[in-house]
Amino acid sequence: MSAPPLEIHDMTVAYHRKPVLWDIDLTVPEGKLIGILGPNGAGKSTLIKSVLELMPLASGKVTFYGQPYARQRHLVGYVPQRESVDWDFPVTALDVVTMGTYGQLGWFRRPGAAQHEAAGRCLAQVGLEPLARRQIRQLSGGQQQRVFLARALAQNAQIYFMDEPFAGVDAATEQAIIGLLQRLREGGKTVLVVHHDLQTVREYFDHVILLNMRLIAAGPTASTFTTENLNRTYGGRLTVLDQAAEAVRRGDRRQ
Amino acid sequence: MFDWFSQLDPNTQTDIWVIAVGAMTNTACALLGCYLVLRRMSLLGDAISHAVLPGLVVAFVLTGSVHIVYMAAGALAVGMLTTVLIETLHRHGGVAEDASMGVVFTSLFALGVILIKRYGQAVDLDPDCVLNGLLELVVVNRVEIAGYDVPRALVTIAPVLLLNVVFIVLFWKELLISSFDPALADTMGLKAGWMHYLLMALVALTTVASFEQVGSILVIAMLIVPGATAGLLCDRLRTMMLISAVIAVASAVLGHFAAVQFNTNTAGTMSVIVGLFYLAAVLLSPQYGVLSALARNLRTSLRIVREDLLGMLYRLEELQAERALQAGEAKQAVGGGWLAWLGLQSLLRRGDVQRQGELLRLTASGRQQAAQLIRAHRLWEVYLVERLGLPLDHVHEPAMRMEHFIGDELQQRLAAETTDTATDPHGREIPPGSQKTES
Repeated sequence: MSAPPLEIHDMTVAYHRKPVLWDIDLTVPEGKLIGILGPNGAGKSTLIKSVLELMPLASGKVTFYGQPYARQRHLVGYVPQRESVDWDFPVTALDVVTMGTYGQLGWFRRPGAAQHEAAGRCLAQVGLEPLARRQIRQLSGGQQQRVFLARALAQNAQIYFMDEPFAGVDAATEQAIIGLLQRLREGGKTVLVVHHDLQTVREYFDHVILLNMRLIAAGPTASTFTTENLNRTYGGRLTVLDQAAEAVRRGDRRQ
Repeated sequence: MFDWFSQLDPNTQTDIWVIAVGAMTNTACALLGCYLVLRRMSLLGDAISHAVLPGLVVAFVLTGSVHIVYMAAGALAVGMLTTVLIETLHRHGGVAEDASMGVVFTSLFALGVILIKRYGQAVDLDPDCVLNGLLELVVVNRVEIAGYDVPRALVTIAPVLLLNVVFIVLFWKELLISSFDPALADTMGLKAGWMHYLLMALVALTTVASFEQVGSILVIAMLIVPGATAGLLCDRLRTMMLISAVIAVASAVLGHFAAVQFNTNTAGTMSVIVGLFYLAAVLLSPQYGVLSALARNLRTSLRIVREDLLGMLYRLEELQAERALQAGEAKQAVGGGWLAWLGLQSLLRRGDVQRQGELLRLTASGRQQAAQLIRAHRLWEVYLVERLGLPLDHVHEPAMRMEHFIGDELQQRLAAETTDTATDPHGREIPPGSQKTES
């Protein structure tokens, strides 16, 4: 596989016609742990959702290892934000992790002993094997996040997208999660993580993607995570872009 | 095979048919209802079951027949239309989801009522019947299937029940993931949107199959209540489905006999019975019920009262008070009332406290428990002063609240994170940890 894991060409994404990400051009290198950074409303989750075709593109093109997403689903793993699902749902931790194998199974084939065993191994990797039979509401926030990670492991993908895996977890869980992500990278996987805590960026990530409605910078942490780039990312929104987006939404030229 | 059946007296035959049709309808609805409840779309079942009405009338006007196949086609079409309209209004019209549901289904139902009045007079499409249903008359309308004379409603609902069961078994995994995490399902190519529309199609179909005989009240009740009840009683989807089916069948049986007893509408009594099941589950569910929550709270309150009593006696001993505490004073000090009385009684019964006349004294076991409580209290005080920098006069009250919830493990951590583990900030001795803590 010589093509990079993810290539984004000139991608614009809009909510109700209002652009939220403008003209993103991005190539993601293989086998790196990559932080996606930016202020609230910068479009970090939107970036993930649109490359995974959960949101339509207004324009542009996205390829995974040189092919469109529909052909490469099996190579892609996704960890949504923890609050995006209902943790009262009547399933066990093991049930949730087993869902990671559903993509490989495809339509109609049911998970069997092999899938359940694989899910059990993934749960063990995040240290939750003793809680396999627990209903997911009875888990702590950190444990729920680890269940989501175990599910991603069960997807057995090449490139992972994780939406704020560190949100609302305790320090010990954060360490456990970052250890796991590092092991994934050592196994040659590419991992993109939406992240909020600027303090830990240098410690955690090889590469960073700085985002604020448009791509500010992307590259190795050492050369990209600079004060100047951070000022450009967090130093207020570009009011021209806001105004332009609002004009597109209204569909007229009056200011 | 039916020989024995024809020998039964006519009333018993009626009982059996009514219950069979009711049980099948209820189960068909309850199984789909589990998904509606879990997807927080309970009202969508309500919406579709009302909105299909114009579909039925249009199908009748176009074909001139009320045959189930045409009715099902009309219902399916309008069921899908309802789902699409609700989503469109919600996503693109900026209308809240519940409001868009309310707008769409009431408008379509009203349209249906108008169409019935205009075109439906000739047939037995009667709005009253559609609402209430006449389950008790199910035996009147019969057809012959393979030589057996069975109620027509049974022939309508049985295949729909079977279809629902097959759908759920076949798409178990797809339904599960698209209900729990639709975004993940979509990224895997297991189209959550398709599952949503398939589910809504079956809701529409089940609704119309049940309409004529059982009416929409029962359909709406059975789409929501068995699933909601089962959800209170278990933690696995499979169990939830089984329990909801059992509740559906039980409501049919009990509802029928209640209707006979009180000489009233069968669909109505079945709906009331299933409501009673829900009420019972809300009150009595071992995990999520009101009563078990009350019992849990009571147990905690009682434990706190007991521990407060022990703590008080321990502090008095420590001060080498001149006179021992009187039972009455002790009860007043922990708030008085029946809870204090109950707490003291249980301490006396456990042998943690002895009573000599009116006076109370700790026994050895009581003293040991009290020491652990006081240890927790004072370690917490030290922690608040050393690590949170609280002034001395601010730490006693919070420690009174926390002392009941600090176990061995937390005690060890508190001891490890503080420097002075011999005395509390007021200079009083911190009792040593229990054997268990030190081993």
